[in-house]
Amino acid sequence: MRRALIGASALLFSTPAMAASGEAVNPWVATAYLVAGVLFILALRGLSSPETSRAGNRYGMVGMLIAVVTTLLTHSIASLPEIGVAILIGGSIGFIMARKIAMTDMPQLVAGFHSLVGMAAVLVGIAAYLNPGAFGILDAAGEILVVSRVELGLGVAIGAITFSGSVIAFLKLNGNMSGAPIMLPGRHVLNLGVLVAIIGLTAYFAIAPTVGTGPIFWTIVGLSFAIGFLLIIPIGGADMPVVVSMLNSYSGWAAAAMGFTLGNTAMIITGALVGSSGAILSYIMCKAMNRSFISVIAGGFGAESGPSDGAERIDRPYKRGSAEDAAYMMKQAESVIIIPGYGMAVAQAQHALREMGDMLKEEGVSVKYAIHPVAGRMPGHMNVLLAEANVPYDEVFELEDINSEFAQADVAFIIGANDVVNPAAKTDKTSPIYGMPVFDVEKAKTVFFIKRSMGGVGYAGVDNEVFYMDQTMMLLSDAKKMCEEIVKAL
Amino acid sequence: MDFISILSIFVMACFVGYYVVWSVTPALHTPLMAVTNAISSVIIVGALIAAAAGSQADGGQTAKWLGLVGVVLASVNIFGGFAVTERMLAMYKKKERK
Repeated sequence: MRRALIGASALLFSTPAMAASGEAVNPWVATAYLVAGVLFILALRGLSSPETSRAGNRYGMVGMLIAVVTTLLTHSIASLPEIGVAILIGGSIGFIMARKIAMTDMPQLVAGFHSLVGMAAVLVGIAAYLNPGAFGILDAAGEILVVSRVELGLGVAIGAITFSGSVIAFLKLNGNMSGAPIMLPGRHVLNLGVLVAIIGLTAYFAIAPTVGTGPIFWTIVGLSFAIGFLLIIPIGGADMPVVVSMLNSYSGWAAAAMGFTLGNTAMIITGALVGSSGAILSYIMCKAMNRSFISVIAGGFGAESGPSDGAERIDRPYKRGSAEDAAYMMKQAESVIIIPGYGMAVAQAQHALREMGDMLKEEGVSVKYAIHPVAGRMPGHMNVLLAEANVPYDEVFELEDINSEFAQADVAFIIGANDVVNPAAKTDKTSPIYGMPVFDVEKAKTVFFIKRSMGGVGYAGVDNEVFYMDQTMMLLSDAKKMCEEIVKAL
Repeated sequence: MDFISILSIFVMACFVGYYVVWSVTPALHTPLMAVTNAISSVIIVGALIAAAAGSQADGGQTAKWLGLVGVVLASVNIFGGFAVTERMLAMYKKKERK
C-alpha cells in the first residue's frame, strides 16, 4: 500500500494540480485526502468478515480524522472556536444517541442519520452558492463556473431529496406516522413533473448569468424537498428495507456531488463507495422480494389486504399448541431451525429466544437460525438483534445456505415471520408475493408458528397455507411471552 | 484538479465500491449501512470550508452560519455513526469451542 501511495503522490506532483479557480493545490494536501479515501475503502473492506470488521471501523475513524484535520490546517480559519463548539455539540449528541439506541430501533436511527447527511449537503451547497469564492469555484470574470453550477444544482437536489425522504422513512419506522402507503391521486404524473422541473431548472441554472440565478436556485432546493417527501409517502412498511438502502445510496451521491464542486478526492471516493453500497443493498432487497426497483418506488404495496379473505380464513381449521407441547417436541428433536422475523423485533423476544436455544443445545439438540434477506426493517436487521442476544454468528445462516436442510429438520420454529415462509410464493401465480424466495418450512417434520392471533396476516396481506398444515402447531401468544413459557417448560 | 481527473477518480471509486460491497457478508449489512452513513459525513469538509471562510465576501456571513450548522449535523453523524457501528460489531461473537 505504501508503494501505491508514493506512486500516487508522484503522479500528483507531475501533473500540475490546479484548483478550478486556478489556484495551485498543495500536492500533499491532495495526497492526505486520497489517503482518507483509501482508509474509507478499507473500512468497508473490513466488513467482509466479523473478525476484521472492527479494525475496518477504526480505519474509517482515522480516515475521517485525516480529512477533518487536513481541511482545518489548509484553510485560514476565521472561526476556530465556533467550529470547535459545533463539533462538540454535534459529536456529543451523536455519541449519546449511539450509546442509548435500542438495537430494535436501528432502522429509525439509520434513516435519521441519512436525513442529517442530506441536510448537511444542502447547507454546504447553499453556502457554496452564497460564498463561491471560498470554495474556489469562480472563473476569471467572477461568475460561478458552469460545471460547478451543475454540480451544485445536483448536489443540493439529491441532498434535499435524501433529507425529506429520510425524514418520512424515519417517521414511518418510528411509528410517528402510519406505515400504510399514502396514495395521492395522479402521483406518478406529479412526481414525474417535479423531477423534470428539477432537471430543467438545473440546466437553466447552469447557463443563466450568475446575477439573478437566486430564484432558480431556491426553486430547485424547494422542489427537491417536495419530491423526496412525495416519493416516500406512498411506500409501505414492508418495503422500508429498500427505501432505507436507497436513501443510503442517495446520501452518498450527494456527498460525491459536493466532492466534485470542491475537487476533493476523499469526498468523491466516499460518495462513490456509499452510493454503490446503497444501490447494491437496494438490489439485494428487491431480488429477495422478487420485485422490481421501479415497482417498489411506485409504491402502494401492502395496501390491498382485502377483508373478504379474512372471513374465509376464520373458517379453516388449524391446530393450536401450548408452550409445553413445543418444549416437549423440541426436546425430543435432533435439529431445530429457528426463523425470526420482524415480529421478534417488535416483541423484543431475541433474548428469550436465545435462552430457549441455549437450553435446547444443552439437551443435545442442534439449533440453527435461518434469516431471510428482507426479514426486519433494514438489511441485516435480524443478524444484529441475534448478535445482541449473544447468538454466535456461526449459528446464523442465510436463506440459500440453509434452505436444503429443512427436509432433514425435525422442527421449524417460526417467530414473528410470515411472508418469508409462505409457500404461496412458490405455487400461487396470483399471489402478490409469487416468485419471492422463501424458506421450505413445509418440509420440516413439525412446524411451530408463533403468532399473536389468527387474525393478522403478513405485510403482503396474504393468507399462509403453513397455518393449516397437519404438522403445524400455532402458538398464539406474544413472541417474548411464548419463548419465556417454553424456557420454563424446558 | 480538472473535471476529467475528478471524473476518473469517481468512476474508478464506483467500481471499487461495487466489488468491495459485494464481498460484505450479509450478516453485517446493518453495520455496513451505519458505517457508510458515518463516512458519507465526510461532507463535513465542505461545511468546514464554509464555516472557516468567514465574512470575506457578500453572503459570507450567512454561508459561515450555514457551514456551522452543517458541521453540527455532520458531527452527529460521524460520532454517532462510528460509535453505533463499533457497538454493533462488538456484539458479533463466534461460538465458544469447548
